[in-house]
Amino acid sequence: MTVLIYLVPMALLLGLTGLAAFLWSLRSGQYDDVEGAAVRILDDGDIDRAQQ
Amino acid sequence: MQEPLDLSMFVRRDAGLSRLDLAVEGVGCAGCIRKIEGGLKRIPGIVDARLNFTNHRLAVEWRDGTLEAGDVIIALARIGYRAHPFEPERAETDEARHARWLMKCLAVAGFAGMNIMLLSVSVWSGGAGDMTQETRDFFHWLSALIALPAVAYAGQPFFRSALRAIRARQLNMDVPISLGVLLALGMSVVETAGHALHAYFDSAVMLLFFLLCGRYLDQAMRRKTRAVAGNLAALKAEVAHRFEAGGELVRVPVAALKPGDRLLVRPGERMPADGTVISGTSELDEGLITGETARKKVAAGAAVYAGSTNYSGALTMRVSAAGAGTLIDEVERLLAKAVVARSRYLRLADRAARLYAPMVHATAAITAIGWLVAGASLHDAIITAIAVLIITCPCALALAIPAVQVVASGALFRAGVILNAGDAIERIAEVDTLVFDKTGTLTLPEPRVVNAANLDPDMIEKAARLGLSSRHPLAAAVAREAHDRVPYEGAIEEPGQGVRALIDGVEARLGSRAFCGVANAPGPLSDFEPGTSVIAFAHGDRSAVFAVRQKLRPDAAPVTRALAERGFDLRILSGDQPSAVAPVAAALGISQWRGGLDPAQKIAAIDALQAAGHRVLMVGDGLNDAPSLAAAHVSLSPICAAHIAQAHADAVFLGEPLAPVLDAVQIGRRARRLMQQNLWLAVVYNAIAVPIAIAGFVTPLIAAVAMSGSSILVTVNALRVRRRGEDRAPGSAASPQTSVPGARSP
Repeated sequence: MTVLIYLVPMALLLGLTGLAAFLWSLRSGQYDDVEGAAVRILDDGDIDRAQQ
Repeated sequence: MQEPLDLSMFVRRDAGLSRLDLAVEGVGCAGCIRKIEGGLKRIPGIVDARLNFTNHRLAVEWRDGTLEAGDVIIALARIGYRAHPFEPERAETDEARHARWLMKCLAVAGFAGMNIMLLSVSVWSGGAGDMTQETRDFFHWLSALIALPAVAYAGQPFFRSALRAIRARQLNMDVPISLGVLLALGMSVVETAGHALHAYFDSAVMLLFFLLCGRYLDQAMRRKTRAVAGNLAALKAEVAHRFEAGGELVRVPVAALKPGDRLLVRPGERMPADGTVISGTSELDEGLITGETARKKVAAGAAVYAGSTNYSGALTMRVSAAGAGTLIDEVERLLAKAVVARSRYLRLADRAARLYAPMVHATAAITAIGWLVAGASLHDAIITAIAVLIITCPCALALAIPAVQVVASGALFRAGVILNAGDAIERIAEVDTLVFDKTGTLTLPEPRVVNAANLDPDMIEKAARLGLSSRHPLAAAVAREAHDRVPYEGAIEEPGQGVRALIDGVEARLGSRAFCGVANAPGPLSDFEPGTSVIAFAHGDRSAVFAVRQKLRPDAAPVTRALAERGFDLRILSGDQPSAVAPVAAALGISQWRGGLDPAQKIAAIDALQAAGHRVLMVGDGLNDAPSLAAAHVSLSPICAAHIAQAHADAVFLGEPLAPVLDAVQIGRRARRLMQQNLWLAVVYNAIAVPIAIAGFVTPLIAAVAMSGSSILVTVNALRVRRRGEDRAPGSAASPQTSVPGARSP
């Protein structure tokens, strides 16, 4: 079972990465306009501009 | 012809960029985002425009000097949206920061809880089988490594609040929570060092996670209602016409006015500030100030108050420093007294905590002593006592009330009621007497045509469309009857007389009877009650006379009847003349009414009621109601109310109907019932769990199941506020977004 000595900390590290990513997304304001994000995805304006 | 609009006070400058925040009306779909942002970004000079769809706010940035703030609003108006400059309140930004902090704590607790549970489940399932003591200790130490820093961070909201309470020599729910979490951690570390079978790291962290969920929800609800209230305030903010030093007129937001400014107030406009009249004569409607519906004549030297409507002539006024007016002085003095005198209401949660915390601590102490007396070792006795503390940690209790509050305020929000105070729901539930103000509360804030039933609909429609071209309040009242809201072309307003235009090639006039040539009004005028104004309409040889008066809110009668049927004691306390109050009281079947009261008499009446043991809900809108709103057990204001009244009301309701008052009382009662149910559920949970803990049978597995089970139970129970709220009174609840009072300005 000695494999646990590095497997478990590795798992923890992965979890910490997820936590850090969430805190970063929170800090950069990605949750300030939750409803807007749901609607903006339907906006094709950027595609039209790319094709012109 | 419009004067330039000066919005410089709302613009923030930073590194060559100007930034303006706006509250936008009528944002409803995905297309709006593209139209607004795309339309603004095409304007040269604008660097960025970002619409927040959640709270309907727009942030615009442009390079300094390329355009004025007013241009942005004009550009938006051209795209089809009304926007209002917006200054975020300090309280709102503070709360946003607090919410973000809570979310961080929640994320940390969630991360720690998941990882520790991963280790704990392995220990629970492997503990009896092939897991060696070394592996178990390794897992426990790893859990400690995660739990200690996580609790040190995520527990801060509770530790701080508990410290504050202890410093104030009080007990709140956070004291047993903090104590339980810290003891559980400390004991687990000691136990792990002694190679014990059980450690409670997972219980401590999971407890924090559940409690933080409750706190965050509570915070999010308050932030949402505050954002809506902020938008409404921005939408309501009006502009004033100010004389600059050179004598030219500039439009400025009311918030930018300073004492000493000279303003022009045209007929049909509201007084933007308190002050004195310098020149001009007019009649003012002070319904929002004193509740009186009869108009007051003013001339140079008269004191005028913000919120009164200018009826007949243009006035020049000087803004006076706040508090210089005698009425304002009086109201503020009474307010200060009422706010201090308001009995410090003890919330249900705090009352429960007061009972709960000493009981829990006493039980734990008795458990330890009991085991010692029974001959257990000191170590075992303390472990058992701490297990009692962990199992009684008020997970369910601390969620029981916030969960109901969140769901209930959501239901209130849909019914068009926005809460100012968090504990208002509990206080509304205790009410047995409702006191209404008359003007603007039982009646609509603006006068309406009352004799429409006796007139030819075709004439009404023509007069109403003609009225759209006038700023006079009486013409505006007629204009509200218009179905087709298109003004006639070429309409000319003659100041002080009326408005005329060609309709189908024939001249039509709306205005004074002399102006319209309707000398003898058809229909006996003596039928009209006091406070009624008349406005005439002539089209060719046909004519009509409209009676305009304060009108009851459309559903006032059914709502007051429903309230009376539910056993509430209804009263009217009005500042208006008794002769004007009597017909309203008669129409609504309210036998207990008084008129002609000043603010001090209103407070005295409410105090007398409360001294007799009644719990009073005050519903009022005027400046003169503000002290009694603060003095009552709980208070409601319509959204059209004076600023100071709204600030002292516990909740604000939107739209024209009076139904939100009934909804608020009913939702409040239902919420309180569920809060009590939830508290009982928590008691039952403790009655089962505590004996197990005292007997010393609690393992971390049992603690985890009991805690999450009880938390889920009370949360699900809380959701019932909502389910039964929706099958009642369909149509009575206007969505707050759609009934925003933008209709005030012509």
